[in-house]
Amino acid sequence: MTYIVKPKFHHPALPKNALGYTHRDYEGSVSTLCAGCGHDSISGAIIQACFDIALPPHRIAKLSGIGCSSKTPTYFLGQSHGFNSVHGRMPSVLTGANLANRDLIYLGVSGDGDTASIGLGQFAHALRRGVNMVYIVENNGVYGLTKGQFSATADRGSKSKRGVTNTDNSVDLVAMALQLGATFVARSFSGDKVQLVPLIKAAIEHRGAAFIDCISPCVAFNNHPGSTKSFDYVREHNEAVNRLDFMTPREEITVDYAPGTVEIVEQHDGSKLALRKLAADYDPHDRLAAMAYLQERAAEGEIVTGLLYVEPESEDLHAHLETVEVPLNELGEAELCPGSTALAKINASLR
Amino acid sequence: MPIERVNDFVVRFANVNGSGSASANQLFAHAILRMGVPVAPRNIFPSNIQGLPTWYEVRVSEAGHLGARGGVDLMVAMNPQTWDKDVAAIEPGGYLFYDSTRPVPKSRFRDDIGVIGIPLTEICNRRYTDSRQRQLFKNIMYVGALTALLDMDVSEVEKLIGEEFKGKDKLIAPNLEALHIGRDYAREHLACPIGLRVQRADAVGDRIYIEGNSAAALGALYGGATVCAWYPITPSSSLAEAFTRHCARYRVDPKTGKHRYAIVQAEDELASLGIVVGAAWNGARAFTATSGPGISLMQEFLGLAYFAEVPAVIFDVQRGGPSTGMPTRTQQSDVLIAAYASHGDTKHVLLFPEDPAEAFEFGAAAFDLADRLQTPVFVMLDLDIGMNHRLCRPLAWNDARRYDRGKVMSAEDLEAGKDFGRYLDVDGDGIPYRTYPGTHPSRGSFFTRGSTRDRYARYTEEGGPYVDNMQRLLRKFDTAKNLVPRPVRRDAEKSTRYGVIYYGSTSPAMDEAIEILGQAGHQLDMLRVRGFPFHTEVADFVTDHDFVFVVEQNRDAQLRTLMINECGLDPVRLVPVLHYDGTPITARFISRAIAEHLDALKLTPLRKVVS
Repeated sequence: MTYIVKPKFHHPALPKNALGYTHRDYEGSVSTLCAGCGHDSISGAIIQACFDIALPPHRIAKLSGIGCSSKTPTYFLGQSHGFNSVHGRMPSVLTGANLANRDLIYLGVSGDGDTASIGLGQFAHALRRGVNMVYIVENNGVYGLTKGQFSATADRGSKSKRGVTNTDNSVDLVAMALQLGATFVARSFSGDKVQLVPLIKAAIEHRGAAFIDCISPCVAFNNHPGSTKSFDYVREHNEAVNRLDFMTPREEITVDYAPGTVEIVEQHDGSKLALRKLAADYDPHDRLAAMAYLQERAAEGEIVTGLLYVEPESEDLHAHLETVEVPLNELGEAELCPGSTALAKINASLR
Repeated sequence: MPIERVNDFVVRFANVNGSGSASANQLFAHAILRMGVPVAPRNIFPSNIQGLPTWYEVRVSEAGHLGARGGVDLMVAMNPQTWDKDVAAIEPGGYLFYDSTRPVPKSRFRDDIGVIGIPLTEICNRRYTDSRQRQLFKNIMYVGALTALLDMDVSEVEKLIGEEFKGKDKLIAPNLEALHIGRDYAREHLACPIGLRVQRADAVGDRIYIEGNSAAALGALYGGATVCAWYPITPSSSLAEAFTRHCARYRVDPKTGKHRYAIVQAEDELASLGIVVGAAWNGARAFTATSGPGISLMQEFLGLAYFAEVPAVIFDVQRGGPSTGMPTRTQQSDVLIAAYASHGDTKHVLLFPEDPAEAFEFGAAAFDLADRLQTPVFVMLDLDIGMNHRLCRPLAWNDARRYDRGKVMSAEDLEAGKDFGRYLDVDGDGIPYRTYPGTHPSRGSFFTRGSTRDRYARYTEEGGPYVDNMQRLLRKFDTAKNLVPRPVRRDAEKSTRYGVIYYGSTSPAMDEAIEILGQAGHQLDMLRVRGFPFHTEVADFVTDHDFVFVVEQNRDAQLRTLMINECGLDPVRLVPVLHYDGTPITARFISRAIAEHLDALKLTPLRKVVS
């Protein structure tokens, strides 16, 4: 396999964001995934989201595990540090990175095999701890790199490309995230950029564990009749409960929906989420009701998407651990080492 | 003949775990230490919370022998379950101390030992009504009786009780009372003292008395560790717990009350090391503490950290393996799994502290080494030094010392246009430069991965760059040889053709064994290995001698294997001396094994075998 760097030149009239960066400054190298892969659309949505909110590219760290989805961090944010770790273990590496420097944005990219199969434990525990991160699962229900085996999110009764029916129950990552206390939970579809981009922006600005389950069809191994993760199937069964507009703290509210149908949610940093209700009875602040609603709709065969749960005044792991405001990786001897006088006292107490 | 010895004997307490005996036994050992006589206590305990046999052995040695000796001179038999075994363990002429409340048939004693019975339960039941009090004060009572029997200075015990219950002053008087009930009973009813006696001496000096795990945690504290991720496992849990205590005391910002550290009890050892790798990648000093089974689980991350060149510090407090093995017994059996952890061609840096003082020193140095070498560094303790109090030199710190954060490019370096290649060997030592994430807006970012890449961290599957990188990693490992603690050599008074190599907790037993061997006319040069990769002195030492004994606490002679493999040494010249039943190695064992070999060698000298 070769590594393809995109040429640096670009059209002089490309629009610039508040930092003076163009869209190109948020791109990575050329994707080596299959043409039409849903994951590339998600990479595009990440680029768009970071450009729109004018995130300095070097202030975000992107981490992943192993698999097609975990390869994608090479294809966006080329000026950010990236870490392609080991299979199913991105959450722990991200947790450690976050502990070392609380000032960066942490984007964890994973797949359904990486998260729901081999990495289910780490996924669960990172959410439990409330690590401040955006955790995106690019969910296609299948192992791509190893040629089409079912993953743990494949629905029972769905068919593989070879015609085998899956007899195992599927792992519902959104249901787990809600139960485990994630403070921002969304589901989206790689084919719906209008829905996905604002969700990513809101997740970046969220403080705490933000989880996005993004259905992302695999064109090579899971896009056939009988699959429940194909483009056609997801389009037919997609039921969005809301539409989100994201506004940075500086932006004015510019939503023009009919009164009463929009709720403005303000996050800890002043960013605002304008939520347009599509399902009249859906309340994204009621964790228990959300869990029940999602289970009911899933039983009906619907794929519920949108911002499913958000806790605007959320806390994160650093708050729980009461760590200092200065990133731990900036502390030196003066702050860390108690010195020889203290050691002499310690010695004296050990005689 | 009853044993008559002053300041040189072994007392073993046989108890039931969960009965509160541990603190009374520690009090006994500590009081002897306060009398200026060195002691070496050892816990021998089951993997259990309550109800199973547990032993606490105190070696009293004015000569300063801190290794396990083997044999028992005075057995304090408080556990009927293990009575027969305990009685059998007493040396001929030794003493048995027991609770005589219930009569024990004569057949269950021995004729060749002194028997000392005190009706402890009866005395306790008379004095106390509460059942927990009866149990706890019975322990203090036997300590009181022992002060009389061994002619100890009871005021040292009284002082220690005062120190222990400082702040809970209500408890002082009842404890003192129980102590004196035991002591008075012994003085009134028994011939005091017996043949074993403690006499005030001046053999402790300024040495301190500390568990290796606590000292290692202090090393991490002083070494600047800010992130600790761990999973509970015997015998390493107390290391992470000690770090937590030390941090609460020394790492809280006095102005804000906020913590200059982050400690996470992870869901397993995989996540523990994952958190360490993530934190270290992002520029914090991070460590985990674990034992053999944890090292097994960490293999994949160790390979990643080696290949992606992430500094990580791992304290491995070794226990008996394989599998669950002997979770509460000591061994040095993780040497090979640590040295070659993970699939593919990997090698890791190991440090072998001999006692708590070195656990502190190496514990702090490990962070400098990991940063300097950008690779995992193991501090190889074991249960014997980790979970027992050990007398050692005081911990020392030079305030002028600065942390060595290794080769890290700053924003200024990048701005000045320095060529940054994450895997570029600019200095010829195999160590490249790294950047912390977020350093510079447009320069110095790179992609870290476990798959292969070129010198500028660009993904490639070409054979050439792969080999180039693997060769550089070898050069880096070669650089490490001169950075890890050097071996310590001590030559015999007379020149000799025989040598002995040992490491870690074997030290005190080895020192004593050399004395015993010397008395029998056997001269040996000694080399204590303190780090891996091996310094050239290790191979030199072997080539300087006809035969070198390699003393280890494992079955497969793991350090010997590592020496043969890494230094290309002739296996015939390396004679394994192996102790691996889970008890700490003793001077008796080592001296006997070496003497047997040497006697056999005298019959067939090397030259004849070879020619």
